[in-house]
Amino acid sequence: MTRATLHALLSHWWRNPLQLFTLLAGLALATALWSGVQAINAEASASYDAAAATLGEGQFDQLTARDGGTIPQATYVALRRAGWQVSPVVEGRLNGVRVVGLDPLTAPGGLGPITVSDGVEINTFLSGGGQVFGRAEMLDRLPDIGAQPVSAPDVAPGTVLTDIGLAQELLGRDGVITRLIVVPEQPLGRPSLAEVSPDLTRQVAQGTNDLGRLTDSFHLNLTAFGLLSFAVGIFIVNGAIGLAFEQRRPVVRTLRALGVPLRSLMILMAAELAVMALVAGAIGVALGYVIASLLLPDVAATLQGLYGQTVSGTLQLRPVWWLSGLAIALGGTALAAASAFWRLAKMPLLAGGSRRALSMAAGRTAQVQGVLAAILLICAAGLALVADGMVTGFALLGTLLIGAALALPLILDRVLALAAWLSRGIRAQWFWADTRQQLPGLSLALAALLLAMAANVGVSTMVSSFRLTFVGFLDQRLASELYVTAEDAAQADALTAYAADRVDAILPIQSADTQVRDLPTEVFGARIGPTYTDNWTFLTATDAPWQRVADGGGILINEQLARRTGLALRDTVPIMDTTFTVAGIYGDYGNPIGQAILSEDVFATLYPDVNALQFGLRLPPDSVAAFRADLTRDLGISEGAMINQAGIKQFSLDVFDRTFTVTTALNVLTLAVAGFAILMSLLTLAALRVPQLAPAWAMGMTRRSLGVVELIRAVILAVFTAAIAMPLGLALAWALLSVVNVAAFGWKLPMFLFPADYARLGLFALVAAALAALWPAWRLASTPPADLLKVFSNER
Amino acid sequence: MNVKALLLFLMLPFAASAQGFAGLGTDAEGFAVPQPNPQFSFPADHGAHPDYRIEWWYITANMTGPDGTPYGLQWTLFRSAMAPETRAGWNDPQLWMGHAAVTTPDAHFVTERLARGGIGQAGVTADPFAAWIDDWQMTGFDDARLTASGPDFAYDVNLTATGPLVFQGIDGYSVKSAAGQASYYYSQPFYELSGTLTLPDGDVPVTGTAWLDREWSSQPLGDNQTGWDWFSLSFDDGAKMMGFRLRQTDDQNFTSATWIDADGTATPYSDGAFNAAPQATTTVAGRDVPTQWQVTLPDRDVDVTVAAINPQAWMDTSVPYWEGPVTITGSHGGQGYLEMTGYE
Repeated sequence: MTRATLHALLSHWWRNPLQLFTLLAGLALATALWSGVQAINAEASASYDAAAATLGEGQFDQLTARDGGTIPQATYVALRRAGWQVSPVVEGRLNGVRVVGLDPLTAPGGLGPITVSDGVEINTFLSGGGQVFGRAEMLDRLPDIGAQPVSAPDVAPGTVLTDIGLAQELLGRDGVITRLIVVPEQPLGRPSLAEVSPDLTRQVAQGTNDLGRLTDSFHLNLTAFGLLSFAVGIFIVNGAIGLAFEQRRPVVRTLRALGVPLRSLMILMAAELAVMALVAGAIGVALGYVIASLLLPDVAATLQGLYGQTVSGTLQLRPVWWLSGLAIALGGTALAAASAFWRLAKMPLLAGGSRRALSMAAGRTAQVQGVLAAILLICAAGLALVADGMVTGFALLGTLLIGAALALPLILDRVLALAAWLSRGIRAQWFWADTRQQLPGLSLALAALLLAMAANVGVSTMVSSFRLTFVGFLDQRLASELYVTAEDAAQADALTAYAADRVDAILPIQSADTQVRDLPTEVFGARIGPTYTDNWTFLTATDAPWQRVADGGGILINEQLARRTGLALRDTVPIMDTTFTVAGIYGDYGNPIGQAILSEDVFATLYPDVNALQFGLRLPPDSVAAFRADLTRDLGISEGAMINQAGIKQFSLDVFDRTFTVTTALNVLTLAVAGFAILMSLLTLAALRVPQLAPAWAMGMTRRSLGVVELIRAVILAVFTAAIAMPLGLALAWALLSVVNVAAFGWKLPMFLFPADYARLGLFALVAAALAALWPAWRLASTPPADLLKVFSNER
Repeated sequence: MNVKALLLFLMLPFAASAQGFAGLGTDAEGFAVPQPNPQFSFPADHGAHPDYRIEWWYITANMTGPDGTPYGLQWTLFRSAMAPETRAGWNDPQLWMGHAAVTTPDAHFVTERLARGGIGQAGVTADPFAAWIDDWQMTGFDDARLTASGPDFAYDVNLTATGPLVFQGIDGYSVKSAAGQASYYYSQPFYELSGTLTLPDGDVPVTGTAWLDREWSSQPLGDNQTGWDWFSLSFDDGAKMMGFRLRQTDDQNFTSATWIDADGTATPYSDGAFNAAPQATTTVAGRDVPTQWQVTLPDRDVDVTVAAINPQAWMDTSVPYWEGPVTITGSHGGQGYLEMTGYE
């Protein structure tokens, strides 16, 4: 019985292979985009975990020098001798590789991700030649240091791990320590930190670091993209399943009349869908892997460039990711099939297999849909006024997009009705009426197109606005023509003496870490001169802000600091027991943390131990190359320690281009999914539409002109959809820039419009719609007249 | 296995061989090897001997509080060398480990410290005498102050030597196996102690006696030896006895003992004279550990029962062992300390 029932049910798919393909392909595409994005996120978060495990960052309290400098090793020993259970870490860069030196005997996490099975030879590690652990590509970048390199894939990307003694030697930091990790369990009766080492300050572990929070928002953006793509895919699947169920009504009716219980029928159909979902899910996950491995290098470069977070550029297969991909395919199918099953369960035993059930059902639900859309859009409007965080920001995006998608068929219906009313001539009126009649069958595909276009407009507006603002910001900020990093204080002194009468100005770049209202903040000491006073623009400032800073009482803070601490102009900010007044707030788009600027003299008083090792040099652009050569020849400053302004700008812009690559790829993919949805909807409708077109043919329209009309119809619907997608996309961009960005990054970006981009996008959408309609139109144009004639002879 | 555990195998060769880590005990490559008829020179020999693989400064104490409650205390500084030399800075091959514990009849507090040599975090100086790791230290030798602290306990006690040093084995050359493995070994068993224990319920003033063991070697155990049971017993009549039993894979034992008269006169006993037989075991940390022993030294008419004051005195350190105070009944009365390793 079961076997026969199953055979009867499955025969539907044999007879409609295209529908089967739509279902599988839609689901596979949806799963692919979703799981691709998830794979990228999983890889990144694995990288962060490796970093946390390697460095103990975020897990443990840390002691750092109050002046932001290094800690003498003697201070470490003094703390231990006083009972403080702390573990030393020395860090630095060698050939661009982050070298981290730990003491495995005192580190609370031992050697972090390294285990003996990785090849630790403790004798070698602790003394003598030493061992260096890292990913192979990092080990390759190290100079020949005599230590034994050991490949360890679990070490954080971009980092190598070694013993503190060897690290001090490699980095030329004998006898100094970068920071101290505070072991969670401390003995009784130890003196306070101030008694032992007043120069150190304790930073409380935050569970996750600030960078983690920032990158979270980046991943949230990716996730939102993936979810959107998935939603589009589920629209397709929903359409395919809905159609299949409607078309199988006669089969179901017959089977039930023959005595198959509704229950076993539903179980069989669910099992059938589950198998399809698993097959499509597996294909989708495999596709997702391909997408992820193509995009990951760019994502990794973006994260590295924007946040300094290193993410592995190669993808690892993780079982959890396979499983979640299949689960989301199953879940998505269940979601898409829910209403079909509901209708099947409620269907009277002998209800007929009405061919036009789909459009009639759509008509019945139009009212409900309209109400729902109105509610969602009202919610979106309300949220736009009050949203001020990540969650409300994304709620705003969600209500806006879903509301618009639901409202789309109703709006199109009204527009088409208006067009029909305005049009004159039988043919035109028939065209509009026929289009309107077709709308319910196409509405899901058009909603997919709407979402894809809106996301395109929104995200590209955000990214382009960001780029424009950032480039302006770079021009303002990177005023010096040459940036030089000295190896030590002696070389810094030599450099300033040497450059004094050879360049127009020397601008030391010196900073120290502090806390302003509990927010980690970098304080800079600036040598105030025309470079600053002429170039800097402020979001808001008092009169002559630089003069106030130069006078000693003023401080400039970045937007992040102002927003997160609620500081405003003329508020007071205590730094190292001295109080300053906020003289200006500046935009700062390259930096996730708080920043404040004091004058060089004030800075030197507060942080007497901090020496500037980085310098910006002002000199005519055409003499930069010659001066670089002089510095290398006369002072022995290496090429790697100097960077031209042009070089930094190029690097920053490269970061954005990488971001663009990711965004563009996702845009193209979502648009492709939408195009596919249109194609599949038209193809499934084509078979149903022959009876409606046959009379038009019989009255004298050629098959060719019928095909052309089909094509035009698709393009016109796409035009209407695009017209609605544009403002929706701009609303999306506004929400991203003014709500989500502020919550995620702490800065608000001005919104710029890019009409040429939108026009091109609109064109793409039309081309996609036209391409999607081409094949169905061609099929229609080449329908044998005999088939059209059959319409009149068939019993209906 | 993490790196710390591996380090501890280096630190505790006896535990290492108990876990099949054979080779370490007998391989004395590059390291000096104890020779018979040692000539000690003090105070220099109170200090470290970096050309030997392992060394320890080991203090155990039996104490009583104002209400008569018995307490035990342990303070140990281990030195383990990866190479027979010292170097300044992090490259020093000398590694240090500290164990501290306080045992009450119903609780056992224990903590551990690890440190590298060469940077000043841990070490021993002979004159003036100081042995330290982090904030734990023993300063002075005949009049010493001993401190240690952990997350849930601490102690600060003064030790005063009331008798001479005692040389174990033949004049401080202590044979550890039939194959001839040996160590240099001397003790100061005559410390009077007074001080304060800091326990979760508050400070406890204590008085009592303490026993220091100094031992260094490069090859303490034979290949076939799986662990040891070590007794330091102070009898009520003022005499003392040190005895140990090294367990072998062939179920034979290698024993050694020193009888110490009240005036410090030491008499060594070679293999077989001293016997220790488990009488009762306790399940401690998931394994059966003998916590009551019959200990005999027929030559001195010793036939006593040695019982743990707290059978759960498990040293839950990176490489675990049992160490705690004991009471003595039978032919002699008294108190002492028991250490047992290699019970896996």
